[in-house]
Amino acid sequence: MEMQILKDAHATVVTITGRLDAVTAPEYEKRLNDLIAGEETGFVVDFEGLDYISSAGLRVLLATAKKLKVKGGQVRFANVRGTVKEVFDISGFGSIFQMDDSVAAALAKIA
Amino acid sequence: MAMKSDRMQCISTVENLPVVTGFLEECADRFGLEARKKFRLLVAVEEAFVNICSYAYPDSEGDVEIYCSADGDAFVLGIADKGSPFDVLSLPEPDTTLDTMDREIGGLGVHFIRKLSDSVSYRREDGRNILRMVFLRD
Repeated sequence: MEMQILKDAHATVVTITGRLDAVTAPEYEKRLNDLIAGEETGFVVDFEGLDYISSAGLRVLLATAKKLKVKGGQVRFANVRGTVKEVFDISGFGSIFQMDDSVAAALAKIA
Repeated sequence: MAMKSDRMQCISTVENLPVVTGFLEECADRFGLEARKKFRLLVAVEEAFVNICSYAYPDSEGDVEIYCSADGDAFVLGIADKGSPFDVLSLPEPDTTLDTMDREIGGLGVHFIRKLSDSVSYRREDGRNILRMVFLRD
């Protein structure tokens, strides 16, 4: 998994590519927790380049979203499609997270 | 398309997941499993492998054996460990309809194993837990 972090005017855009699995999920959690500890409150995660996700990946997505919610922040997910979307749907998590069709659409809702 | 039975063995540590994934991707490609089915297979196997690392060998590392074979249109794989008897399929189903952040994530792995495979069964045999999963060619 590769992570790229870009600060937009109103939110931090986190681009994840490759695999979010039991091996890579801890890295995502650590990077997000560091940003949350740094008082970042608005996040957009771009799933465009993510090929694979398992329950370990969903677990850290949920854990960081909960942490943000407690701090009054929010996270939106953009470009969740195809087989990754199927995993969200089977888990029932598709309806828990805020999903958008593009990063621009997600940013517009946070601004 | 004939495929001889293939097997691999590794130690139960999550760091070995890429090895397991690589092995099964090769087997699935040789069998001719389509991309979407292969993805389902890889997620189900990750869940099973991680479960073994956490529950079959909770305080140590042990051997995990994975084998796959072709049976007509069925890609059959087994994942075996010598850990304490544990039927992952005996775990309760999570409530996936709860539309709330309060949802706990426990039990999601076995939910994926059930939903992503075309069939799955557990047996205890010769001191081993064996989880057998079947993925049908679409």
